Amino acid sequence: MNAIKQKDLILYSGLIILGLAAPYLFSAFKVQLTYLCVLIVLAMTWNLQGGEMGYNTFGNILFYGLGMYLTASVQVGMFFPLAEWTESGGEKTFVHTTAQYFQGIGVGLLVSAIIPAIIAGAIGYAILGLRGHYFAICTLGLGIAAGEIAGGIEIIGAGQGFTTPPFPAEIVDTEARGKFFYFLSFALLIGTFVFVKYIYGSRFRLILNAIRDNEDKAEAMGIQTMKYKIVGWMVSAFFCGLAGGIMGGLIGYIDSTDVAFDGREMGVFMVLMAILGGKGTLWGPVIGATLFHFFKEGLWTLILGWQYVALGVLIVVIVIYFPEGLMGWLREKYPEKFGEVIDEKDRKAQVELK
Amino acid sequence: MDFLIFKAPMLMVQASLDGILLGILFALIAYGMALQWGVMNIINIAQGDLVILGGYIAYTMYLAGIHPAWGVIVSPIIMFFVGWALYKLVINKVVDRDLFISILATFGIAIVFQQLMNFIFGADVVVAQSEYGTTMLFDNSVTLPNSKIFSAVISVLYAIALVIYMKKSRLGRAIRATAQNARAAKILGVDTEKVYAATFGINAALCGIAGALISITLTLHPYVGLPYTVRSFMIVIVAGLGNLPAVAVSGMGLGLFEEFADYILGTEFRIGAVFMLLVFILVYRRFKLSKKREYLK
Repeated sequence: MNAIKQKDLILYSGLIILGLAAPYLFSAFKVQLTYLCVLIVLAMTWNLQGGEMGYNTFGNILFYGLGMYLTASVQVGMFFPLAEWTESGGEKTFVHTTAQYFQGIGVGLLVSAIIPAIIAGAIGYAILGLRGHYFAICTLGLGIAAGEIAGGIEIIGAGQGFTTPPFPAEIVDTEARGKFFYFLSFALLIGTFVFVKYIYGSRFRLILNAIRDNEDKAEAMGIQTMKYKIVGWMVSAFFCGLAGGIMGGLIGYIDSTDVAFDGREMGVFMVLMAILGGKGTLWGPVIGATLFHFFKEGLWTLILGWQYVALGVLIVVIVIYFPEGLMGWLREKYPEKFGEVIDEKDRKAQVELK
Repeated sequence: MDFLIFKAPMLMVQASLDGILLGILFALIAYGMALQWGVMNIINIAQGDLVILGGYIAYTMYLAGIHPAWGVIVSPIIMFFVGWALYKLVINKVVDRDLFISILATFGIAIVFQQLMNFIFGADVVVAQSEYGTTMLFDNSVTLPNSKIFSAVISVLYAIALVIYMKKSRLGRAIRATAQNARAAKILGVDTEKVYAATFGINAALCGIAGALISITLTLHPYVGLPYTVRSFMIVIVAGLGNLPAVAVSGMGLGLFEEFADYILGTEFRIGAVFMLLVFILVYRRFKLSKKREYLK
């Protein structure tokens, strides 16, 4: 037991050191690394729904986009009139001081974590009563409806988009902006990982798995499934909102359908990454997101213009041929590494029976 | 209520007529959706993109100097083979599996289709001019493009033809038998694999007809497929599988809803209203069923 713990400790401290050193080692790739952190967070939170609970959602993009708009709106609205800012070129007339910028983004991130979680709780009772593909389609509709509606609301920039406050000009260090967002997202990643790992060791995960495997039976066993489903969704919404807030600040510009409620990119990416790595495992989404990001960044520029075709083909191939993902494949190949004990006699008997 | 539509009753007539004519078109797409869902148990997210592809076939004919109305004959023929090929390439691997797999796989197909159409036909909004003129009603206060009437008539004709085909022909009977019980049909000598391919082909052909009609009545753009998928999904869950009169009625209902939402909420919220309606319908049905301690299956 102790030996395993020690191994884990080395692994985790190694990863944290790598994460802290990354922006200095790969200084040119800070934005990519920030993306990677956010993608991992999104994949891990999707995995809580799709992998653990069996509720395949396309709707987590809703919370991501909401977080993005909320952070930017709070950051601007705390100090300046929001309507004038979004009307045209507000970022030129109103300038955030350094203190205002950081205060704004701090409060904004707080809001963008809490409000999506509250919204998830509020709509959860209605939406999570749907099952299987009805849930999937309903959440797909929610995500797209949110994008379309946000594109019609004047105060957040409507169709022309919302420019988030630029990084304060008083900070002369040109590296500072990249580092700030990287460490913010890295902190979010660690927070999410620790929380999800905690869930993985708790009774909560067993309940989620029971819901996935047979919801009716779980209910018959006296588990209030609806309560747990809503809590699970609120956890996802909390972290998705934070991820969205950070991304909004990093990208610097929010468009309703192409950046915030981007069902065609982020909304599909998070599903794909979790499935690629293996849903229903702790490390699957992390590995899946990392692989996917490397693949995307490596190939996107090579096949310029064809990237969506490649993405579509990739989705089809992964879904049809690797629905269990990388971790599922490894698990089938090396079951003993995953702590599964296989009784040789029993296995042989099973084969003979077949 | 300070909306323009309540001040001018003629606008209501206009919106109702537009909505009903549009709804018939939606019902045609939804019938294809119901067909494949009932027979193969898959949900096809790429449905709308097949529609748009069918529309672009008619648009290409228009560019080549042929009248786009001929598209309602040419487009389904081409789309049938597109559907058949799609089945052989991808869909046959998702038929017996979880519905979510089919949703994701067809989502991937939808992305590929969108992007390929973007390459081939460009990202502009296009329309094929039918030059059918317009009909004026009620002292010129209601204008009705003849192309919309044409599209509704063609949709009804095709729907009737399809119903007769499904009832009378050998393949139609095989399709209905497979929908009832695939295994039993297989035992009794039905080549279910062929039936599935034909079903998907017929669905794609229906999409082709609808697309050709859309190219002359509405507009085409590579990325507007998804709303058509959602509309047909909505119509199917309201009407149920394989109930053609109900599909037609709920299609018209959806058309009416959209036209009125257009006037009341404004055009920029039209698509948003469609997607919100989907959420509302699902949630409404969920609450209705949960009273009986059931859920949507």
